Amino acid sequence: MAQFLPYINLAAAFFLIVSMAMMLGRLLGGPTLYDRLLAVNSFGTKTVLFLCVFCFVIDRPDGVDIALLYALMNFIATIAVLKFFNYRALGVPLIKDQTRNARRKGVSK
Amino acid sequence: MIDLILASSTEVKSAAIHIDWLSLITTVASVVSIFAGLFFVLAGTLGVLRLPDFYTRLHAAGMTDTLGAELILLGLILQSGFSQMSLKLLIVGFFLFITSPTATHAVAHAAYKAGLKPKLGKYKAPEIDGDVK
Repeated sequence: MAQFLPYINLAAAFFLIVSMAMMLGRLLGGPTLYDRLLAVNSFGTKTVLFLCVFCFVIDRPDGVDIALLYALMNFIATIAVLKFFNYRALGVPLIKDQTRNARRKGVSK
Repeated sequence: MIDLILASSTEVKSAAIHIDWLSLITTVASVVSIFAGLFFVLAGTLGVLRLPDFYTRLHAAGMTDTLGAELILLGLILQSGFSQMSLKLLIVGFFLFITSPTATHAVAHAAYKAGLKPKLGKYKAPEIDGDVK
């Protein structure tokens, strides 16, 4: 009864690819930095979904591990890029008083 | 549609009128969940492309991507049954459920602190208290 399920998964993978290609439009032509960052984050989420669906299509369960790794790396990359463009450095401690001083120093330079 | 599936499954089993109800319900729930998730993901992408403002785009992407991802992963969990694979998919769904709203919140807060103004019309944006501009 369930022999049509791989075709459903293949259609899901195809539409996820279409969605990723549409998200590239916002990534390349976004007016601000934050639009691009939002597009990168959403693209990463769709990549995780595509990996999960596609490893069901080709019937190899290894892809879910890669998807798990990619979900974690996507989050850390988004936070790191946000921190870098806020403070212009990555070695800033995120305790409130110290960050405020660091930010003032960055502004005064 | 369901009548058609039932008719084909009973034809395959020919004499026996035994229908695997659990498998049928699981398959139908999985397909419905995957297509609902695809609808939400595509709607979110269309919103990111079409909406006029950064914050409205953020709304479209953040809300619909979380729900769409959870629905697609739920459909895959229903397909894989009770196994190691479904546990891994559950962990992926848990991390997406935690990290996706957090990343959306971080992007929105960083953009608002950096002075990106939303399109508001006649309304006025609230001040962030305790913030040194």
